[in-house]
Amino acid sequence: MSDDLINIKVNQKEIQVDKNLTVMQACEIAGEEIPRFCYHDKLSIAGNCRMCLVEIEKAPKLVSSCTMPLMEGMSIITNSEKVNAGRKGVMEFLLINHPLDCPICDQGGECDLQDQAMYYGFDKSRYKENKRAVDNKNMGPLVNTIMTRCIHCTRCVRFATEVAGVPELGMLGRGENAEITTYLEQSITSELSGNVIDLCPVGALTSKPYQFKARPWELKRTDSIDIFDSVGSNIRVDSRAEEILRVTPRTNEYINEEWISDKVRFNYDGYYQQRIDTPYIKKNQKLSVSNWEESLKVLKDKLKNLKPLALIGEHVDLETGYAIKKFMSNYGKNNVECRTDNHAILESLDSYRFNTPLNDIENSDLIILVGTNPKIETPIINHKIFKAYNNDAKVFNIGENISLNYKTDYLGESLSSLNNENLIKALKKSTNPLIIIGSAFLNKIKNIKTLKSIFSYADKYKVITKEKNNLNFLNPYASRVGQLIIGNTTNNLCEPFSNLKNDNYELVLSFGSEHIANEQFNNCFRVYFGHHGDDGAMGSDIVLPTPLYTEKNGTFVNIEGRPQEAKKCHNPIGSAKEEWSILKKLSDELSFDFIPNTFDQLRSELFDKHPILSDYHEIITVENSASITSDIEFEDCKAEYPVSNFYMSDVISKNSVTMAKCVEEIISTPSLMEKSA
Amino acid sequence: MSGNHPGLSNNFSRSGEKFSWSKDNLRSIKNIISKYPKGREQSAVMPLLYLAQEQNNNWISIECIETIAETLNMPKIRVTEVASFYSMYNTRPVGENLVQICRTSPCWLRGSNKIAKTICKETKCEINDTSDDNKFTVVEVECLGACSNGPMIQINNDFFEDLDEESTKKIIDNIKEGKPNVIGSQNGRRSSENA
Repeated sequence: MSDDLINIKVNQKEIQVDKNLTVMQACEIAGEEIPRFCYHDKLSIAGNCRMCLVEIEKAPKLVSSCTMPLMEGMSIITNSEKVNAGRKGVMEFLLINHPLDCPICDQGGECDLQDQAMYYGFDKSRYKENKRAVDNKNMGPLVNTIMTRCIHCTRCVRFATEVAGVPELGMLGRGENAEITTYLEQSITSELSGNVIDLCPVGALTSKPYQFKARPWELKRTDSIDIFDSVGSNIRVDSRAEEILRVTPRTNEYINEEWISDKVRFNYDGYYQQRIDTPYIKKNQKLSVSNWEESLKVLKDKLKNLKPLALIGEHVDLETGYAIKKFMSNYGKNNVECRTDNHAILESLDSYRFNTPLNDIENSDLIILVGTNPKIETPIINHKIFKAYNNDAKVFNIGENISLNYKTDYLGESLSSLNNENLIKALKKSTNPLIIIGSAFLNKIKNIKTLKSIFSYADKYKVITKEKNNLNFLNPYASRVGQLIIGNTTNNLCEPFSNLKNDNYELVLSFGSEHIANEQFNNCFRVYFGHHGDDGAMGSDIVLPTPLYTEKNGTFVNIEGRPQEAKKCHNPIGSAKEEWSILKKLSDELSFDFIPNTFDQLRSELFDKHPILSDYHEIITVENSASITSDIEFEDCKAEYPVSNFYMSDVISKNSVTMAKCVEEIISTPSLMEKSA
Repeated sequence: MSGNHPGLSNNFSRSGEKFSWSKDNLRSIKNIISKYPKGREQSAVMPLLYLAQEQNNNWISIECIETIAETLNMPKIRVTEVASFYSMYNTRPVGENLVQICRTSPCWLRGSNKIAKTICKETKCEINDTSDDNKFTVVEVECLGACSNGPMIQINNDFFEDLDEESTKKIIDNIKEGKPNVIGSQNGRRSSENA
């Protein structure tokens, strides 16, 4: 028997388990379900709800299993009369002050208290006194509070402190006067605040936008991917008929664990605002309603005569990207570009992705943030850095002196700060250093030597070794890594648009890229394929409606190089058509070679060409780039961060009313924003 | 917020004035913090709340909480939690003299009700209220630990024991007139020896 295993009995069944587990975890391994409210496996143990009582042989009283460590030879009983009576007693106490308002409670149907009351509750109350009532608290525009329902499990308090890293929630008072609140009832300032809604085992914290919208059993569930940052959090989209009513996380221990950012959770009302529902053509300097026949005819004529360039936006899936590439290959090479933000890369995959697997970030002991603000660009990655920070990792920051929810050592505003003495000292001591190069610098690099120098630097200080590659490149866009893998980019490694003038493009096809509104394309005929009427559409000559990511199937590769699928949830709005089918139609009329007739054919062709993409959920493995032995020389560039406002970083969230409220109540409130870590 | 026990409210308010530590208190804080291991400075939150209350006219304002949080480098909500948990930290302004009447069984059996009535009458304010001249705040509290000498009250930091209506009235009158009071038993008993 190994040292770490001990023998215990659960309901007379003998099992061997790790000695570091608690009684509750051992019971779960033995297949016994233990009811609980306060215990959550991602949070610290509180032990205050007392619902998880079990009987342990030779112990005089029932014990709470979530707080009890295991001992050799322990015999645990979870199904005796005594246990049942104990839990029933706890439940009766919990229900004393809990209102009987399940019929009007948003948690109804998916409520832990409701479910467990079915097993341990009584059908009538013996409590004749007045129930307590608690004033509702303000927690911001996202979290709705009905505090009378609160059972004081303190999951939300622990989440805010331990996971979100914003110690703003707390329990005031004591005994019957205990109340959960934020400090002075201010809004929660975390980008992950919506997760307290899922954590709350009762209906005390519910979603404000989803209030009174639907019951869980009416909803159709669709598994999908968060495309509002590059992490690719797994989400579940709940819809009824042709409308998405809420978005909640799916557990994926490798990526988002159980959390998602507030942006993807709450910006779904923006899916239906300002939608382009029909084709438009510019006539007399004004966009006017058109139809598919007319607009495609105009586009076809232009495509016959003009030299096209395709721009790929931030929400474009791989199948669409592949179709664009296939279509554009009829016009030669170097005419598709997804790096509309001037993102500098080298050829290999490890020069534009996050090379450390996301759930390894927490094992690092030294993290250098170079031109990135993970808090608003990728809140999930920020949470992982926060975990590392709590494991005593040191965090350095280069670029602007941004405020994060943990302490950073600020080194300076230019890349050359990487040569800072203190940093070098720390790097030499560190056993597992990690560098994150963000878009703020990547988009500014003009000389490829700088990028190579970064590799040499990482090589020199053992950030890249044979076993691991901890030199990471972070951009906030869901489409970027995938599009670069299938080669939707031009030859210029830095500044992709630098020789635009010499290329003489006359026609620009923008697939959801707002970059089309840029001045440099003023003389071109501009076509915008997209779903939201924003800058991109306004500056175009033809606007064609395409479906949103929830209205079609699509593959996305997340920042660490993990292909995942976003599934169709409902039919497209208006007369929107999928991009590949538009390109197919144009190809047929222009008599180009474009074989796929269906989406499935397109996808299998994509996977044939790029077999590495077909392995969903697995990180694409590549060899580390050979150590580049150039001199270490950084050019001087000023950091310019890609995301300045977390709640309004793309066309969809810009059109969301909920996100607008967040800006108003959180970002525009000076007292909330001035505080530092 | 009148009508609530000043120490048992979850609602804090601002005084409107900046709160910064007095020189003496800064010295004591240094001394208090040095009693705890490095990195555990937050353990000093309770003595600091007490110092702040002493310095801030016997109550904890939001400004006090923010200053303490800054001094101990801890989240404000954590300080608020502690301040709201204990009834001896007053979360709203109180009068110059905080009169706490023990109403737990031993004192009650010995007539604390009558004492309470007398105090209310003499100070012209209700339980949990502050008198108009801001001289008195009267509250009822649970056991203060002087049961053998009941009924008893506490005024600011002093105990007054073995009370009857007459001696209570005298104590209040003395305070009103600025005269000194005999602290402790009012019937000549030494400490808590047998009556």
